[in-house]
Amino acid sequence: MSRQHTPLWEVFVRARRGLAHTHVGSLHAPDAELALHNARDLYTRRQEGVSIWVVPASAITASSPDEKDAFFDPAADKVYRHPTFYEVPDGVAHL
Amino acid sequence: MYGNDFPGEDPPGGLLGEVEAAEVALRAAAARDRGAAEPGGDLAAYFAEVVDADQKIEPRDWMPEAYRRTLIRQIAQHAHSEIIGMQPEGNWISRAPSLKRKAILLAKVQDEAGHGLYLYAAAETLGVSRDELVDLLLSGRQKYSSIFNYPTLSWADVGAIGWLVDGAAIVNQVPLCRCSYGPYARAMIRVCKEESFHQRQGYEILHTLAHGTPAQKAMAQDSVDRWWYPSLAMFGPPDGDSTHSAQSMAWKIKRFSNDELRQRFVDMCVGQAEALGLRIPDPELRWNDDRQAYDFTQPDYDELMQVINGNGPCNRQRMEHRRRAHREGAWVREAATAYAAKRAEKEKVAA
Repeated sequence: MSRQHTPLWEVFVRARRGLAHTHVGSLHAPDAELALHNARDLYTRRQEGVSIWVVPASAITASSPDEKDAFFDPAADKVYRHPTFYEVPDGVAHL
Repeated sequence: MYGNDFPGEDPPGGLLGEVEAAEVALRAAAARDRGAAEPGGDLAAYFAEVVDADQKIEPRDWMPEAYRRTLIRQIAQHAHSEIIGMQPEGNWISRAPSLKRKAILLAKVQDEAGHGLYLYAAAETLGVSRDELVDLLLSGRQKYSSIFNYPTLSWADVGAIGWLVDGAAIVNQVPLCRCSYGPYARAMIRVCKEESFHQRQGYEILHTLAHGTPAQKAMAQDSVDRWWYPSLAMFGPPDGDSTHSAQSMAWKIKRFSNDELRQRFVDMCVGQAEALGLRIPDPELRWNDDRQAYDFTQPDYDELMQVINGNGPCNRQRMEHRRRAHREGAWVREAATAYAAKRAEKEKVAA
């Protein structure tokens, strides 16, 4: 079993309370607990974070860059979702 | 690159400033977003367009097969270098002259392991597995930087490695922060920020020795004498003989030629050596007013080729050590995998 595949994990670090977890890289580990420990040693040697997520890379489903336009297009023609779409009458404040 | 507390430093900004600038440029390029490739469009033209616009190629984008292969080779060899590079310095951990120096050296060698892992992870985004890359190293089909085939004979060598070897590595690596391949560029930004401590600690070791007893100063000088030319050779063969350069420059994997980077390194080191009170072992070293750069003696490229081909002072020792470490670590990897399997089994039963 010397060449058994060790799964790949994607690592996300929260730099400070109040910030979102950000993807920082990936690593190999046999299970979640070790992945977490390895991520601490690899990606937070200088106190870069207060919280870490590890996610099996195989569990991530990514959209395809080739389909980016078609995939995100439906939002493109809905300008009325932005407040700037609406004209505010002169003199109306706090709106 | 040094902070404000050292004489002979780069002007504020310096190399770290360039790393920050590269990071800002990366974000700015990302902000100048472009649409995806047209379905059924010319993928090669789209690739060229992205590279020309200084934007990043990402793992799932189409890329020329040769671009992928070049990157895998370069990133993997870079990763191998970080891992093999732990050996010459690791040699002095147990003999560091004080607890403080020992703690610093441990942290540095640990960083090298981390850099190796960032880089293997970046290489894996190109569709190769780390196991395959480690196999390529262990079987001698991929190389690592030749500099690590030289021995560390004295404590001062730890200083010279930090100052010269890490210094040369940084000069090489800072432009890689602007590499066209996103995962590599981002890994290099991370690595370069951490490297600044490495170079600084080396410089401090030499500074302390050079201002110590005559014997300590002599040890520091001996070390600089031995590491100077191998450090110059780290930039690779002269431009005329460099096999991979032109295409890599076109793809913006590489941004400057070997000779340009070597010159930049020499120009940086002269002032730093003066501040140390140590002599660069080159009688031909002198300022050239016309070129606004230092003239210097080239390293011995025949020696470089010899070392690349396996005949350096420590090639066999380094590979033997790496193979042994891999072999002796096998039971740890197996135990961890078995434990994970056992736990997964238990959870399945419980569920």
